[in-house]
Amino acid sequence: MSEMIEVKNLTKSFGELEVLKGIDKTISKGEVVVVIGPSGSGKSTFLRCLNMLEDITDGEVFLDGQKINDSKTDINSIRQKMGMVFQHFNLFPHLTILENITYAPVKLKKMTKEQADARAHELLQRVGLDDKASCYPVQLSGGQKQRVAIARSLAMDPEIMLFDEPTSALDPEMVGEVLDVMKSLAESGMTMIIVTHEMGFAREVASRVMFMDDGLVLEDGSPEQVFNNPQNERTRGFLSKIL
Amino acid sequence: MNEWWSGVVEQFTRCFIEEDRYMLLVRGIGVTISVSLLAVFIGIVIGFFIALCNLSKNKVLKTIGGIYTDVIRGTPSVTQLMIIYFVVFATVRWPKWIIAGIAFGINSGAYVAEIIRAGILSIDKGQTEAGRSLGLTAGQTMVGIIMPQAVKNIFPTLCNEFIVLIKETAIVGYVGLMDIQKAGDFIKSSTFLAFMPLIGTAIIYYVMIKLLTLGLKKIEESLRKSDIR
Repeated sequence: MSEMIEVKNLTKSFGELEVLKGIDKTISKGEVVVVIGPSGSGKSTFLRCLNMLEDITDGEVFLDGQKINDSKTDINSIRQKMGMVFQHFNLFPHLTILENITYAPVKLKKMTKEQADARAHELLQRVGLDDKASCYPVQLSGGQKQRVAIARSLAMDPEIMLFDEPTSALDPEMVGEVLDVMKSLAESGMTMIIVTHEMGFAREVASRVMFMDDGLVLEDGSPEQVFNNPQNERTRGFLSKIL
Repeated sequence: MNEWWSGVVEQFTRCFIEEDRYMLLVRGIGVTISVSLLAVFIGIVIGFFIALCNLSKNKVLKTIGGIYTDVIRGTPSVTQLMIIYFVVFATVRWPKWIIAGIAFGINSGAYVAEIIRAGILSIDKGQTEAGRSLGLTAGQTMVGIIMPQAVKNIFPTLCNEFIVLIKETAIVGYVGLMDIQKAGDFIKSSTFLAFMPLIGTAIIYYVMIKLLTLGLKKIEESLRKSDIR
């Protein structure tokens, strides 16, 4: 397996507050990494540093060997290779579902309008929403919005997908449909990094689980290792509270 | 009663009909509209750039935007108009209405900037993040994602600003332009009658702004129509 993302001594501070305190991790192609941990542990910040939605305070992040937090790097072309799915979907309300998906690929000249439309329909079929192509986001349920958001990211043909608590804003009965889409995406071989509180999903789908607390990755291993035989005291404390 | 009425008619005739004085007002309407339209256009362009300066992380741009807004808001528009006309454009032989339009545009730009800035800030940060995460540049995200949404929030306040602007142009007489206000004033001094010309001036402004308000309401409604709920 080839290294896709390499993180070296990543730190992030918001003013005086140090949120990430030095993370060294390597993520290989095809891995499905689930990041768990209590609120405020720095999980989301870690994820957002990987595509520079947060400025990196110190340390280095590489994608395919290219340093992303370098002033010479074109961050926009890096981001085209990293899809991101947000907790609050962030669909564009003024565009139809189809336009939400085709806007970036057409604007960035990755595809013609016709190619993008065809690809969008294909992706919508994959997430089971092709009949909603001409709807606007307000007409969709939360679960449907998140499935569209996943399709929108996939339209850029990313090498890796980042999920920032994709089911946390959903009504409980809608969580399943989103997790199903993510599961089939994982099965198709997509490299994924997922911040979530869905432990069942982590156990079932993850190839690797990281436990973060207080700005550090304290546990990193297969789901069996992390869930059944955690080494760190704080991991045990966290798991005993939620499992 | 009859005497009173014939007095009114006589005053009206003296003020507006004799020597074709109504033409002064008609030309005045033209001047007010030209100055206002030019000022609105310049105001939007300047306002948009100053808003971007104020929102920018770049310290130099931020300072420029801050000083601009501060100076314009801190000085009377009549002073600004006179400085632009008699100082900045002192040696430039452009038509008066263009120079006045530029002066009011520069003035309006500061207020429009604040309106646009507030409109942009009213759009959820997640929209920018979603755009940028797809690989769109900051400019593409602003033009394609943020502005189309912000315009709906900006439009009503912007309309209000333009109504204020039209009334503000009533001071162009200070640089020798014969707008509606100046025309009314001119009729007043040449007929020695105050009531008719001044009330007439007020009615013309009122009707103009009423018509504009109704028109803008229609546009606003059609903007809102695309909000499918």
